Amino acid sequence: MTERPVLRAPDAGLCPAGAAAGSGAVVSLHRAAAAVGGRRVWSEVSLRFSAGEFVAVLGPNGVGKSTLLKAVLGLIPIVEGRVEVLGARPGERNSAVGYLPQRRAFDPGVRVRGTDIVRLGWDGHRWGVPLPGRTARSRAARDRVREVIALVGAERYADRPIGQCSGGEQQRLLIAQALVRRPELLLLDEPLDSLDVTSQASISALVQSVCRSEGVAVLLVAHDVNPILSYLDQVVYLAHGGAVLGTPEQVITAETLTMLYGTPIDVLTDRNGRLVVVGQHDVPPDHRRASA
Amino acid sequence: MGTDGGLSWHLVDDVRIMLSYHFMLNAVRAGTIVAVVAGAIGYLMVLRRQSFAGHTLAVIGFPGAAGATWLGLATGFGYFGFCVAGALVIAAIPGVGRAGGGPGGLGGYGEESAGIGVVQAFALACGFLFVSLYRGFLSGLNNLLFGTITGITDDQILVLLVAGVGCLVALVALGRPLLFASVDPEVARASGVPVRGVGVAFLVLLGLTTAGTSQITGSLLVFALLVAPAAAAARLTARPVAGIAVSVGLAVLVTWLGEAVAFFSPFPIGFWVTTFGFGAFLLATGYRAAADRASRRPGARVLAGSPT
Repeated sequence: MTERPVLRAPDAGLCPAGAAAGSGAVVSLHRAAAAVGGRRVWSEVSLRFSAGEFVAVLGPNGVGKSTLLKAVLGLIPIVEGRVEVLGARPGERNSAVGYLPQRRAFDPGVRVRGTDIVRLGWDGHRWGVPLPGRTARSRAARDRVREVIALVGAERYADRPIGQCSGGEQQRLLIAQALVRRPELLLLDEPLDSLDVTSQASISALVQSVCRSEGVAVLLVAHDVNPILSYLDQVVYLAHGGAVLGTPEQVITAETLTMLYGTPIDVLTDRNGRLVVVGQHDVPPDHRRASA
Repeated sequence: MGTDGGLSWHLVDDVRIMLSYHFMLNAVRAGTIVAVVAGAIGYLMVLRRQSFAGHTLAVIGFPGAAGATWLGLATGFGYFGFCVAGALVIAAIPGVGRAGGGPGGLGGYGEESAGIGVVQAFALACGFLFVSLYRGFLSGLNNLLFGTITGITDDQILVLLVAGVGCLVALVALGRPLLFASVDPEVARASGVPVRGVGVAFLVLLGLTTAGTSQITGSLLVFALLVAPAAAAARLTARPVAGIAVSVGLAVLVTWLGEAVAFFSPFPIGFWVTTFGFGAFLLATGYRAAADRASRRPGARVLAGSPT
């Protein structure tokens, strides 16, 4: 797909100085730092990836995984370094970015159809209401909504109030909403959270197939790599203010993670190829949990 | 109100008699304007889970009207002035400008309920102060709290009409971004919708609507038109546009029925409008429960919650 960036110590910056600003990258960060409420969440983060790549963002809780997505969206300011999204500053080309924030499910009392939720992704940002009657524009919108609902396989429940759909069904409809404007970049914040194992696998497969068929770059935040491991192209591992980008085999190793955390970390593989990240006793509790 | 004989069972004649009184004609005009606006704004208020803010705005209208009476001004000034100011105060409470209020923004009541409650209590207390400063005129107090159909002047109708048309135009202009920000604030913000601004604008519209509605139903019974038709509509359909249409239709129906029955009966209009609104809500809730149960039965066609 693209050249893999060289793996380096996080504090040294990960890509060669010129690489992050290069052309062709959907997202590129060069020694970037983000701050929320005056507190620096991460800094010295350099990474880049291109169209059609499926990239997972991993790391312990509170390390700024969601912040990374919000920084790419331009919702959180970059206080240092450079970030380029689709060849522009973050936030400037958000119409070409699909976003699925981290969330709880819709309340069961929300009585708005899934179709309407998807449609809001199409023209919900336009002022006013659509003109009544069957104009070419309204037909195009309806066709696209129907098409994207078919793409995620949600036809059966798209006309149900979204509050009455299951977690996996809601997630599919929300992915359809994020995809409806044919984005070049899809940002998914923990879309597999609180789903059962079957739904996790089917959503992961769906994201990969969309990534391939539509040529969309996907940045997906996860706290467990195992459900998506076989679908991924690259992994961004965020920890202690730094980040490492590479293939899962490159990044999720004892050596790399030990370097990232600054304390000894073991990576175990079980018989099915599932990865378990284990810290040592002197690692703070939230890092000791098998979180990769 | 039984002004002339009472109900004769010749409905057309009865309506003609009723409307031959100028005060009744004005009551129907004002009620219709108010019902259309309250039905539409109310639907979005219910969707945004801002019923408590709506109720508070209605209560804020009471000190406005009482204060205006005390100062010898028309009550309309008090209603509109206080409700819009109240909307801005509520919007200034952190976290209120957005729908829902939960961290994910997808439902649940946020911390701001407490803040809004405090504002409401203070508003009621001020209203009580103004009433006692004015001294006497207890029937006026009743009308402020529970509404009246007599004594709506042509000037008042003009004010209601201007405010109502203004509200509807603003609602249409806010349109899709308002719905987006109500249902899914985070994604709306990422798509470029000014979620906070839309929320404040909606609260101001809600203030104008409650101010208008209060003049018909009184401060305490605003919900008869603002919530009952909207909540019933949400139970009947899951399509937003159809929901607004049903909500407006129910609000107008409930108002006309309430005014007509109030005219021919000794009981006040606020009671009747509220009762019909409550009835519509009960029927819609019953329908929803029955439809949901039918769709869950084994072998039922997949129509669960399908829009009707």
